[in-house]
Amino acid sequence: MNAAALLMPKPQDEDNPDWDSGTAELGHILKPGQLDLSHKVILYLEDITVSFDGFRALNKLSLAIDAGELRCIIGPNGAGKTTMMDVITGKTRPDEGTVFFGQTIDLTRLSEPEIAHIGVGRKFQKPTIFENHTVFENLELAMKTDKRVWRSLFAQLDSAAGDRIAETLQLIRLAAHADRLAGLLSHGQKQWLEIGMLLMQEPKLLLLDEPVAGMTDEETERTGELFLSLAGKHSLVVVEHDMAFVKQLGGKVTVLHEGSLLAEGTLEEVQADARVIEVYLGR
Amino acid sequence: MRTPFLIRLGRSFDARSWQLVGLFAAFALVAVPIMHLVLPPEHPLHLSTYFITLTGKILCYAIVAVAMDLIWGYGGILSLGHGLFFALGGYAFGMYLMRQIGRDGSYQSELPDFMVFLDWKELPWFWAGSDSFLWVALLVLVVPALIAFVFGYFAFRSRIKGVYFSIITQALTYAAMLLFFRNETGFGGNNGFTDFKRILGYSITAPETRVVLFGLSALALIGTLLLARYLVTSKYGRVLTAIRDAESRVMFIGYNPLWYKLFVWTLSAMLCAIAGALYVPQVGIINPSEMSVANSIEIAIWVAVGGRGTLIGPVIGAFIVNLAKSWFTVSFPEYWLFFLGTLFIVATLYLPQGVVGLWFKLRAGFRREGGELAPTTRGAGA
Repeated sequence: MNAAALLMPKPQDEDNPDWDSGTAELGHILKPGQLDLSHKVILYLEDITVSFDGFRALNKLSLAIDAGELRCIIGPNGAGKTTMMDVITGKTRPDEGTVFFGQTIDLTRLSEPEIAHIGVGRKFQKPTIFENHTVFENLELAMKTDKRVWRSLFAQLDSAAGDRIAETLQLIRLAAHADRLAGLLSHGQKQWLEIGMLLMQEPKLLLLDEPVAGMTDEETERTGELFLSLAGKHSLVVVEHDMAFVKQLGGKVTVLHEGSLLAEGTLEEVQADARVIEVYLGR
Repeated sequence: MRTPFLIRLGRSFDARSWQLVGLFAAFALVAVPIMHLVLPPEHPLHLSTYFITLTGKILCYAIVAVAMDLIWGYGGILSLGHGLFFALGGYAFGMYLMRQIGRDGSYQSELPDFMVFLDWKELPWFWAGSDSFLWVALLVLVVPALIAFVFGYFAFRSRIKGVYFSIITQALTYAAMLLFFRNETGFGGNNGFTDFKRILGYSITAPETRVVLFGLSALALIGTLLLARYLVTSKYGRVLTAIRDAESRVMFIGYNPLWYKLFVWTLSAMLCAIAGALYVPQVGIINPSEMSVANSIEIAIWVAVGGRGTLIGPVIGAFIVNLAKSWFTVSFPEYWLFFLGTLFIVATLYLPQGVVGLWFKLRAGFRREGGELAPTTRGAGA
């Protein structure tokens, strides 16, 4: 099963401009609410500050993620990794700073469902799935579709939707468990189900908070392969502690410390950085 | 291919549940009228007026219980002020019943007695049109829905949840009760509305009228169950239970919980109002005590005892608790509240799924199967 092919059912989708096409065109027309990737940057955080009772969880954090990039974010506990995800997904409003999705969409003005709707998917640190629903229903609810009340009152699954769910079930290796309650799955299976739900949303940007926590080595490796196959077509931001996993993913690594960006580069580069070593080992 | 709505509605119950619905309808609409009107009083199968009014009243309560279960059992929203919507429906319909008294009141005035007593010369503006059955039927639906919508919008938008929401609903119904206690409010003060004479020109105490009201209550209950069943088996219902279990996850996959909650909340209030409108002509009185906090808490107890997250459970719970109540309040009136409290504690501690859950557990035990009793969208049947 080729994950990348599955996730791009419509390669000529007009919503997905080809970001490898080179320079931004002159006379580029901005459409409100549509993702504009003309400058190759999908996510741009500028001078984000978040304080909780005087404690600065994020301190003038600036960060740019390119379209199609797979970025790993590491940092000691309390570095602000989860707060950063909260800001991007609309759960926490920053005291200062802006978050741009593409060139035109300011995420700090949108609500959580709106942000999800325009193409940002999030996986929580603790697997968060609907335990009293079956695996199939979990995927059905996550599927990209019109999610307003009136639609869901009369919604019926068409065969294309059924096929898509079946494909995702294969991909996350839960096809045999489709009719089981999600609460009865093992921890690793729950992690996979949540990743599957994320894929059903067809997001352009995936935020993954410690996606392999509690997985076996084999599961971890397969997760890494899946993410690598998604990169390029999707942009991924992975928060992770497991350095072996970060190494497997390759790509650029960003180190956060006390709410600010400490270092950025390949894993080897940041591991050689004196300040990073001090933060992790020193004090 | 899309399946027509009516066929999907039909499929939302299985064959056995449809048989039960049919049996219940035949009993309420055919057997009861014959047993009450045709059989002579000395016949062993004769049903007394007491039976008709008591059961008719409980049918209305059962509608309220199902409406409560929709928001609590499936939506995870515990309202302790649902008596307000029931009372508002009752008051709205009571206005029509007051106007039907005509000049037969104690003061032989066109105005309701309490207005004459207050020395009012004409009807207040909000009584305009209250002599029209259709206008009042509209009020029954629209006024409680509007209040529920506005209240719900602000509460859900501010993400008020759990016990905080419950407390605010209590405050809401309590405030309304104080308002309705005042004579100046224009709804009869602490006496409320009573001494009804007619409905659509027919005597309200005539056995035939009672049987019709009983039948309408039974039909309303069946309609409520059908609607509720359709809702909880639709994708809407699955989103609703998902909000109950993991609201933030629902938001992050792109659903706005505000509208999902607001829809079921408003619908639930409207169902309560319909029940209230059917209740008032059967019991012959509506007063502000219907809005008391204790009444609203009792609604939650019916649902807890019967089994929340199932649809038949609340109906059973409403019958068990209210039959017990009518027996207790005659035999041991001073112990009723102790019994009610004990029942609630026992149900909460030992029967998380209520009587229905116990039944399924026993049945699963006999069959040596490990049944899963989570209140899901595929819940315990009708």
